[in-house]
Amino acid sequence: MALLEVTNLGISFGGLRAVDEFNLSIEKGELYGLIGPNGAGKTTVFNMLTGIYKPTDGTIFLDKDDITGKKTADINKAGVARTFQNIRLFGDQSVLDNVKIGLHNSYDYGTATGIFRLPKYFATEKQMDKKALELLSVFGLDSMADVLASNLPYGKQRELEIARALATNPKLLLLDEPAAGMNPNETRDLMNTIALIRKEFGVTILLIEHDMKLVSGICEKLTVLNFGRVLAQGETSAVLNDPEVIKAYLGE
Amino acid sequence: MNKYKKLNKSTQKLIRTICVIAVLYVVMTIMDGTGNLSSLMKGLLVPVCAYSLVAVGLNLCVGYLGELSLGHAGFMCVGAFSSAFFSRAFQDVIPDVPRFILALLIGTVVAALFGFLIAIPVLRLSGDYLAIVTLAFGEIIKNVINVMYVGMDSKGIHFSIKDQLSLGMEPDGKMLINGPQGITGTPRQSTFFIAVLLLILALVVVHNFVRSRTGRAVMAIRDNQIAAETVGLPVTKYKLVAFTLSAAIAGVGGVLYAHNINSLTATTNNFGYNMSIMILVYVVLGGIGNFSGSVIAAVVLTMLPELLRGLSTYRMLIYSIVLIVLMLFNWAPGILKWRDEHGLTTAAIVGRFKKKKEVR
Amino acid sequence: MGFLTYLINGLSLGSVYALIALGYTMVYGIAKMLNFAHGDVIMIGAYMCFMCMSNSGMPAIVSIVIAIVCCTALGMVIEKIAYKPLRKATNLAVLITAIGVSYFLQNMALMIFGSNPVSFTSVISWEGISLAGGNLKIAGNTIVTIITCILIMIALVWFVKNTKPGQAMRAVSEDRDAATLMGINVNATISLTFAIGSGLAAIAGALLCSSYPSLTPYTGSMPGIKAFTAAVFGGIGSIPGALIGGLLLGVIEILARAYISSQLADAIVFAVLIIVLLVKPTGILGKQIKEKV
Repeated sequence: MALLEVTNLGISFGGLRAVDEFNLSIEKGELYGLIGPNGAGKTTVFNMLTGIYKPTDGTIFLDKDDITGKKTADINKAGVARTFQNIRLFGDQSVLDNVKIGLHNSYDYGTATGIFRLPKYFATEKQMDKKALELLSVFGLDSMADVLASNLPYGKQRELEIARALATNPKLLLLDEPAAGMNPNETRDLMNTIALIRKEFGVTILLIEHDMKLVSGICEKLTVLNFGRVLAQGETSAVLNDPEVIKAYLGE
Repeated sequence: MNKYKKLNKSTQKLIRTICVIAVLYVVMTIMDGTGNLSSLMKGLLVPVCAYSLVAVGLNLCVGYLGELSLGHAGFMCVGAFSSAFFSRAFQDVIPDVPRFILALLIGTVVAALFGFLIAIPVLRLSGDYLAIVTLAFGEIIKNVINVMYVGMDSKGIHFSIKDQLSLGMEPDGKMLINGPQGITGTPRQSTFFIAVLLLILALVVVHNFVRSRTGRAVMAIRDNQIAAETVGLPVTKYKLVAFTLSAAIAGVGGVLYAHNINSLTATTNNFGYNMSIMILVYVVLGGIGNFSGSVIAAVVLTMLPELLRGLSTYRMLIYSIVLIVLMLFNWAPGILKWRDEHGLTTAAIVGRFKKKKEVR
Repeated sequence: MGFLTYLINGLSLGSVYALIALGYTMVYGIAKMLNFAHGDVIMIGAYMCFMCMSNSGMPAIVSIVIAIVCCTALGMVIEKIAYKPLRKATNLAVLITAIGVSYFLQNMALMIFGSNPVSFTSVISWEGISLAGGNLKIAGNTIVTIITCILIMIALVWFVKNTKPGQAMRAVSEDRDAATLMGINVNATISLTFAIGSGLAAIAGALLCSSYPSLTPYTGSMPGIKAFTAAVFGGIGSIPGALIGGLLLGVIEILARAYISSQLADAIVFAVLIIVLLVKPTGILGKQIKEKV
């Protein structure tokens, strides 16, 4: 069975069918692209995969576990982490602390231990600092560990969000338009970093992108979404040459 | 000194605050000993510490949990009445010192328990709705205490919500809570020393709390709840923890307050929304999220009306004008811009002082 | 017949709450702030009315008009001096400033009128009616209060729906920035809202003190809090919500006072509020706003 197995997923808002009969199967280690025009329902799919929206029907299996309609925090514990199209960092906290919050569930000491600063507090905090700095160095952010997250430049904020997601040690990483608002150079760097983290962390990645060229460069497989339905699915080159896809993107 | 410099900024600030409080304690004690302290000021020493404690607790809620509570006087009230009740009930049974320690624990725990129980429903709301519900809880607590009649005699404890007579007590019985008259005869054990000690302890506790794993999670939830959920934080749990701790600290303030006066009653001014609002004023003027600021604001604003006492009728009027002007001066965007242009920002003023020091 | 009397008294008190709640709810809807000083404007209105009537011997209707004019002006001045500079600051800053204004009004009144209660003469001299062969007496105060409230409510709904300034108010409460772009004068609209709210507070003050004649500088404070509760109860920002919330609150309070315990009445009112908000977190007529992810 694939790492992520989505069957007949659908959601309605009032009378509006935002996503319908959505099927997706991602093998472990794949880098998968979810593309489609504006308003096609890509982010809605992400929101269902992470439990922010409860799907109206269909099932989601992660590594043979049914995670359909579970709470967001539990889905993260099951192994799904994500970033957001409109960046959602913990703006009033340092870069380091943002990643340490991502590490929250991997390290443990109780509230009382923290308040009374028992020895375990110092030991655990030290380990967390070390691990967080390691993660930050992947993105070249370790030198900015003490900067407030909201003071980072835009591109760095996107990278920090990825670092924070990785800190939760996910099996599946969902990236929502990671290159949005970046210039071509930054985008190329980011794509290299994504390829790198896939290799280094052995994480499976599903990413939403707008720019087809960019996706074709790194994704092995694609799903094209249009008006909430799957338009085409499969190997990248085959999907991009599909006349239906070309029609949806270029218009008639 | 080198060791001090190695510490991070927030710890340095904590140490500075504690030192200032300690110095103030010594100065006040000396002034008291040499008879230079007016009886009015003397009477304010313990209440100021109590208000400071409640302000520190509320600041945890407003600044770190990011929720506005207008009911913290209620937690102070619960802490005050539960501890005073205990002290009165066991006045002749347990010696002074252990009884006060137990009363302190009981007041704190009961306030925390109320905080926890109230937080379960309340934290499902947010923003102004949460504020009004906390206000409502505060009023309910005050109201319920005002109709409680509890007495104790050789047969045990009697309880009524009607009046003293319906308790049907033996002649040897004593009233513990007498409805609107509250609790009288609580041993006055809150000394200035204990009050200062507890205040410092609370400052250390909240400082350590916000810089722990739990504290980070609480702040993450405040900054962006959805993101906090997607990194696996149990949002409800940490909101409860923070709110409960906040209530517990307010409860400590209540214990101090109760053991400083002879007759403890629950009125709008000492435990109603008026008090909640006054504490909120301390928190906002002292700086949201700034615990030392809360203490400073509590001290200054409690003393201010007393210092203005010479102006008698005008004093509360002046107080209210000062409050409005301070708010405008610190928060109005137009005035902030003007201050910026004329080099009157806090940073600029502090900077000038620092330069002067260096020249010297 | 006892129950019916209580019910009618409750509706009367509720009408006053509704009038006060209107001020809270309109200001909240349009300026997005909790005007904590609103309750004290009621007190000022009542004192004005008292001064004109008892001290200067003017007729009741003239006194009320003077009180309305004074409170309207007061509301606009408060808005201009204390709230307008903070329009772009955080909500909490405005809230604390409003608390400052509340203290200011109370202490101003304390200085001028002293802390001793004055006995307010009812603005309504009508005895009332007697129904069911004298078994059910309804005081003139009660009837006039309820009718006034209903008339004002109808007028206000009409005003907001059908007039240009009313439409501007609705536009500003929906989206202030968009309203600015559409050429609506936001400052004038907010000022108008305060004017209307404060004018209504004066009427509420006169009616409240006609039924509960002991007037002190703190008279406005508790009804203010309760009316605010009523506004939240009905769904803050909604005019019909303020009416429903106010009436319900008044009825619950009077019935609780009569049948359960007079000392616990306030606690019961607040408990009902909590229960309503837990079942329907935005109040009875409030709209749910969801964060977009």
